[in-house]
Amino acid sequence: MSSEYLVEVKDLKQYFPIRTGMFKKTMLKAVDGVNFSIKPGETLGLVGESGCGKTTVGRTLLRLYKPTGGEIYYDGNLITDQNMLQYRSKMQMVFQDPYSSLDPRMTVEEIIGEPLDVHKLCANSKDRRDKILSLMELVGLNAEHATRYVHEFSGGQRQRIGIARALAVDPKFIVCDEAVSALDVSIQAQVINMFEELQEKLGVAYLFIAHDLLVVRHISNRIAVMYLGRVVETADADELSDAPIHPYTQSLLSAVPIPDPKIAKSSSRIILEGDVPSPLNMPSGCAFRTRCRFATEQCAKECPSLTDRGGSHMVACWNK
Amino acid sequence: MSTNTEKQTPLLQVIDLHTSFKTDKGEVKAVNGVSYTLEAGKSLGIVGESGSGKSVSAYSIMQILDGNGHITQGKVLFKGEDITNYTAKQMEDFRGKHCSMIFQDPMTSLNPVYTVGNQITEAIRTHNKNVSQKEADEKAREMLELVGINEAGRRLKQYPHELSGGMRQRVMIAMALVSEPSILIADEPTTALDVTIQAQILELMMDLQKKLGMAIIIVTHDLGVIAQMSDEIVVMYGGRICERGTAEDIFYNPCHEYTKGLLRSIPSASNMKKKLVPIAGSPINLLNMPEGCAFCARCDAAMKVCLKQVPPELRIDDTHLASCWINVRDKKYREEALA
Repeated sequence: MSSEYLVEVKDLKQYFPIRTGMFKKTMLKAVDGVNFSIKPGETLGLVGESGCGKTTVGRTLLRLYKPTGGEIYYDGNLITDQNMLQYRSKMQMVFQDPYSSLDPRMTVEEIIGEPLDVHKLCANSKDRRDKILSLMELVGLNAEHATRYVHEFSGGQRQRIGIARALAVDPKFIVCDEAVSALDVSIQAQVINMFEELQEKLGVAYLFIAHDLLVVRHISNRIAVMYLGRVVETADADELSDAPIHPYTQSLLSAVPIPDPKIAKSSSRIILEGDVPSPLNMPSGCAFRTRCRFATEQCAKECPSLTDRGGSHMVACWNK
Repeated sequence: MSTNTEKQTPLLQVIDLHTSFKTDKGEVKAVNGVSYTLEAGKSLGIVGESGSGKSVSAYSIMQILDGNGHITQGKVLFKGEDITNYTAKQMEDFRGKHCSMIFQDPMTSLNPVYTVGNQITEAIRTHNKNVSQKEADEKAREMLELVGINEAGRRLKQYPHELSGGMRQRVMIAMALVSEPSILIADEPTTALDVTIQAQILELMMDLQKKLGMAIIIVTHDLGVIAQMSDEIVVMYGGRICERGTAEDIFYNPCHEYTKGLLRSIPSASNMKKKLVPIAGSPINLLNMPEGCAFCARCDAAMKVCLKQVPPELRIDDTHLASCWINVRDKKYREEALA
């Protein structure tokens, strides 16, 4: 079975039990009914503030957590209850911190070789060696780096090793969880370009999770904005950035400092008051209403769902 | 220029500052001849990558370097007085009273076992022994209100872990401003915060600057924050200043290859559809500094002279200085460089 979409998520829910007393447990609703779909070779950017559940979406999608509810489809197949081994070679992940996501006791060759061994993708040791070297070349590492350990590399190079490891099994879909956030500006651009080039060459699709909106806009075809476990707006990357509809997206975009002194000093910002509410104690109805300028009584009663505002621009808001 | 400085002494002048750290692997020269001037009530932004010496140059002003680090050369003039030869006692007085600092991570800079109120009143009474506890409490409440914290009375009794990240940074700012210093140094003040909270804190800092008239030194790697906050900008790389000038000079007329590269490599509205142009190579290793320009190994426009000689600081115009050999090709600057 196959479908138009490579990855499809329907009403995904991920709750974590949190002890709030000696015998009391409360459910932390990290992800609460998220829908989106990604076409082959496409990049979906997922943005939101810390604690909004964007990382949990990425991890649940790869079944690193067992979802509390909802459905995940890969290439038309429901994978929510499947044995994941066969899908792991198609769906991979690149992590934020290249310092803690690579084993310091392994050489680069061993790190990149491990997924090849797990999925038995090499006929013999020569084949294995060739594959590793071609992967290293693909991400811009020298062949002489193969026998070195991770601590000998800079942050940008480590991220390249992590990407080579993800690419080893020839995946069709990669979750990039804050993959460029820990890097210096000049190195960030190198890695962003590499992600784009790999997509052109190999046709992989990305779920690009990040908090830097300018980076996400640059790399993504479409962007989804999350707030407290729910998607509040999705649209084409340019449309979302130029004509945001949801009040949260509007304030999020206006809060981004623009690297241009004239624009940065003149633009009027929508400054949100207060902090994100605790996910353990969520407001009723629309979660954003406590900080929203347009909140009405209806917002407190009922949670808005995503509705199409034309051109597949989806917004979950009663008043906009 | 020289007559100008004689007429009115700037608030803070850093002149040819060198700071180095003794490590097992050798001496690390983190700051290598840095000079800049801060005028009263103005904002100076220091931007650079990790390891560029931007934070160490700020720590050197406050003399809060780690045990193995010291200022090896240069002067820091506060209202014309060199504070690098201050005694420990004098420095204590300088910190807090004249110059305060806020840090990237407010959780590690606040003491977890004392209440917020306790820590603010301590700051008040350290600098002014004549204040009674009751007056200090009142002042602490005023300060929290000043930095936009609601229910200040209740917050004073809370511990740092009970506050959100943005709130903690507000407390840090309140604490830094109790003695109404003339300089506030902010070291990556919003790096650990979300964009919407970052916008709140930056807005607050600009507001307070207007109200209290202090000068701000903001140290960050974020070019967006720098563009929004600074009147003047210093760009650092490998412990040296590449370029300094007004925000407009740096963003609209960059004259150092590193600044140009930095601006090309960030996504902005104008290059959304284009490939970014990254700076090649990796950041510099301070233990292994090249003989010439620190940036030459990563520079596309590097010439022979760049490998051999550290570029001199050339005056591009009244407000704008750049240390890049590329400008020497221009006849206008050649005479100055040779002189």
